[in-house]
Amino acid sequence: MSMARQTTLFNRIEIAAAWALAFLWVMPLLYALWAGFHAPEYATRFDLFAPLTLENFATVWEQAPFGRYFFNTFILVTSILVMQFILCTLAAYAFARYEFRGREVAFALVLLQLMIMPEVLIVENYSTMSKLGLVDTIAAIGLPYMASAFGIFLLRQTFKTIPKELEEAARLEGCGPMMILWKVYVPLARPTYLAYGLVSISYHWNNFLWPLIITNSVETRPLTVGLAIFGAPESGVDWSIISAATLLAVAPLLVAFILFQRQFVQSFMHAGIK
Amino acid sequence: MSEHKGSMNRVYGWLLLLPAMVFLTAFTYYPMVSTFFVSLFSDGTATRPSVFVGLENYQFLLEDDIFWKVLVNNLWYAAGTIPTSIAIALMMAIWVNNRLPARGLVRMAYFTPTVLPMIAVANIWLFFYTPEIGLFDQIGSVFGFPSQNWLGDPELVLGSIIVMTVWKEAGFFMIFYLAALQSLSPELEEAAHLEGASRWYIFRRITFPLLMPTTLFVTINAVINSVKMVDHLFILTKGGPDNASSLLLYYIFEVAFSFLDEAYASALTVVLLVVLAIVAVGQFTLMDKRIHYR
Amino acid sequence: MLKHLSKTFKRTVLATAMVLGPVTLASAQQVELTMYYPVAVGGALTKIVDGLVDGFSKENPGIKVNAIYAGNYNDARIKALAALKSGKPAQLSVMFSIDIYELIEQGAIVAFDDIVETDDEKAWLKKFYPALMENGITQNKTWGIPFQRSTIVMYYNKDAFRAAGLDAEKPPATWDELVSAGKKLTKADGSQWGMMIPSTGYPYWMFGALTKQNGQTLMNGSGNKTFFDKPATIEALQFWKDLGSKEGVMPKGTIEWGTLRQNFLDQKTAIMWHSTGNLTKVKSSAKFDFGVAMLPAKKSRGTPTGGGNFYIFDKTTPAERKAALKLIRYMTSPERTAEWSIKTGYIGTRPDAYETDALKKYVVEFPPAAVARDQLEFATAELSTYQTGRVRKLLDDAIQAALTGSKSPEEALTSAQKQADRLLKKYR
Repeated sequence: MSMARQTTLFNRIEIAAAWALAFLWVMPLLYALWAGFHAPEYATRFDLFAPLTLENFATVWEQAPFGRYFFNTFILVTSILVMQFILCTLAAYAFARYEFRGREVAFALVLLQLMIMPEVLIVENYSTMSKLGLVDTIAAIGLPYMASAFGIFLLRQTFKTIPKELEEAARLEGCGPMMILWKVYVPLARPTYLAYGLVSISYHWNNFLWPLIITNSVETRPLTVGLAIFGAPESGVDWSIISAATLLAVAPLLVAFILFQRQFVQSFMHAGIK
Repeated sequence: MSEHKGSMNRVYGWLLLLPAMVFLTAFTYYPMVSTFFVSLFSDGTATRPSVFVGLENYQFLLEDDIFWKVLVNNLWYAAGTIPTSIAIALMMAIWVNNRLPARGLVRMAYFTPTVLPMIAVANIWLFFYTPEIGLFDQIGSVFGFPSQNWLGDPELVLGSIIVMTVWKEAGFFMIFYLAALQSLSPELEEAAHLEGASRWYIFRRITFPLLMPTTLFVTINAVINSVKMVDHLFILTKGGPDNASSLLLYYIFEVAFSFLDEAYASALTVVLLVVLAIVAVGQFTLMDKRIHYR
Repeated sequence: MLKHLSKTFKRTVLATAMVLGPVTLASAQQVELTMYYPVAVGGALTKIVDGLVDGFSKENPGIKVNAIYAGNYNDARIKALAALKSGKPAQLSVMFSIDIYELIEQGAIVAFDDIVETDDEKAWLKKFYPALMENGITQNKTWGIPFQRSTIVMYYNKDAFRAAGLDAEKPPATWDELVSAGKKLTKADGSQWGMMIPSTGYPYWMFGALTKQNGQTLMNGSGNKTFFDKPATIEALQFWKDLGSKEGVMPKGTIEWGTLRQNFLDQKTAIMWHSTGNLTKVKSSAKFDFGVAMLPAKKSRGTPTGGGNFYIFDKTTPAERKAALKLIRYMTSPERTAEWSIKTGYIGTRPDAYETDALKKYVVEFPPAAVARDQLEFATAELSTYQTGRVRKLLDDAIQAALTGSKSPEEALTSAQKQADRLLKKYR
């Protein structure tokens, strides 16, 4: 009996701890909501009866070309995603179902990129881009990320779990290799694509260092860089404005996540990332 | 026929691989090699063209106090973020995997940092850390704590940076653990429970070992993050005070794009590549022993 | 095919234009200028720059200007240099006044002496305050024209002064007065500090003020020697450190440049040293009576100038250079200078700007606006050398090391000097 009571007390503490941690984890977002919707004089003072305002959002929208930044980020994220899907699917199929000389070495080389990610090679990649005349283009932001070791690895794992009988059946129906890939493998790997796609989107939506280096102008800057330039502490921090800008920038991703969070977790399960 | 064989298929395999390989070669393998070559030359300007200097850049590196400081910082950064974020992620996953009131909300809360750009939330963390008017100091003052200069005190600054990093990455790792936990068979745990095993015992002897592949996967990610997560430094500290919070990648950025010394930045990059190579070899051998990917 | 066609078409147009004679050609030819500019302090400066550029475009329909906001000073330099290399070049830029040596070494800029032709243009070069020209002149040539220039001033909270029993109209004028006022203004419960001098972002700049006040400059006029280990320099850093660790009128450790204004506005500090570029923002946000004063003196008053100059790039056609010069002359005309100064708080860069009705009226209504100008008499150049990024970081690190107590001022500065010597040896 005392044992049972102990457990419930323990459980209660645990629940409280889980909630407390959850609160800590959303605090920055809560603060952004507070500061974004209140006048600057309340940015550092918390008063329940402070009047709400949308002024900060108006200011942000007016002071920086956020519409253009959104557009750039959108183009960037989608073009990376499409290219990643194509390149990784082809490579993963080769690794999963083809036997050719040098396959193991090639796979090890691909995995190398898991550790040597593009961030490490910014200096050299910058000079490559300037040789190619691609500095300050959206393409240049995406190129180093398009062949992704992570994506190849994930898809290879998934493709390997797909029964070969399905492939044989398709072959008997007269499908060629590309057709088999398209008709059999891709549909069955849908959860993996979803999980990987979400990771890729949130990664590139939020990526900063490389875009900062490679872009120079409004026409190419993604949201993160625009936001960093807009909110650089050099110009004196104005938290209301920054918070409004932050909320604007994260809203699409955040809303998408809130709507799809169940599917998100499930796709990770089905994708076999565990 | 178990797998595609024969000369046609051999060619086909390589053809499928080709597009990805072209990209990897252009933006991973080639720069790795050329970084090394660039590091053997002096930095060129319009008035002083670049010349071959052998290992001079590496000599400078050995004598460069900032480099050593930054390297040590980065080790602390790794030591501070990797185990902490993994432990918190695992705890979170277990919590939201159990019957917990408002589980959906809690799970969402844990995950939000993943979708927030580091560069944007850094400004908000700047508010938390700012002395006197910042949130931490405001809360502290209610309880009578003196004001702390979180980002301006070399003793505290790296810790402050680490806290924010853990906050950023733990929720992401949680998802992997959660997916793994949900695919574990519940019977195992129930059986152990019926035999009177404590929760801690079950976790230690059954759950945790079964999660080992996930832990290794997450560890790799955490290691990678400890190298590349430097975005918040741009807003919070710029590596200061006196380089107390500077990290290797940030220093490389500074040398390459602020001092415009591509040669020395390349030498620093080579060091980073060597460190990563050592870690990679260590991890892959460990992984080979512990997990068997089919 | 299409490309070929359009080429042919262009040639035809060009030929026609040539036949029609130089008058038509000149008016048909559009010069396009790309200009990068940074913003380091205070709110919506981008709008103001855009406004100035629009005004110019209206008066000069033949010149199209793309003004690109590039972030802080460092970003602006990197972006402009990158653009030069990448074939999307800019023709002119506002960049940090201290970037001059680096830009010369990169062969990036052209001296204004090589562009001005008419007497009027030559006279224009002499219209600016000499103190503001110091960072733009080396090797006997003018490379930079002052635009968004500032000095450091002392903002102080008059209400806090009165509450502490100090004369609000007599801000501290010497180091001793500063310390004694600071002690009165510092509240024991930690709710208000006497003063704050920012030590992140631009610590070397603040330090330039303290050393000048102590009768010492930080470098020579050729940009190849620094004076970091001179006794007066060390003494200045000791004083800065003592404000926090000995006198207790300032928080210990480093003080964040970016959040300091908010600290001042929230009345957490009674005095702050900051750029004049913040004046307009402080004026619009302060909920208390505040004053602006010149920095105090040890041996004399002193401040470095700061901010951005106009540069014209070397890779430009004569027509582009002419157009760029025209744009710069427009932006620095007395009327625009007055407008710029009123809207931002930056210094009017030339005496005759203060003769315009607008600025005259403004100075009468708001006397703090003239403090920065009056202080120019005591101003010196901002730290600027070859390898300026590295040398600057050496000094920044030394200052922060001393302020956070990890090294003594003497130790930190001696080591910084040694390393600076090593970097600058090859330029002597």
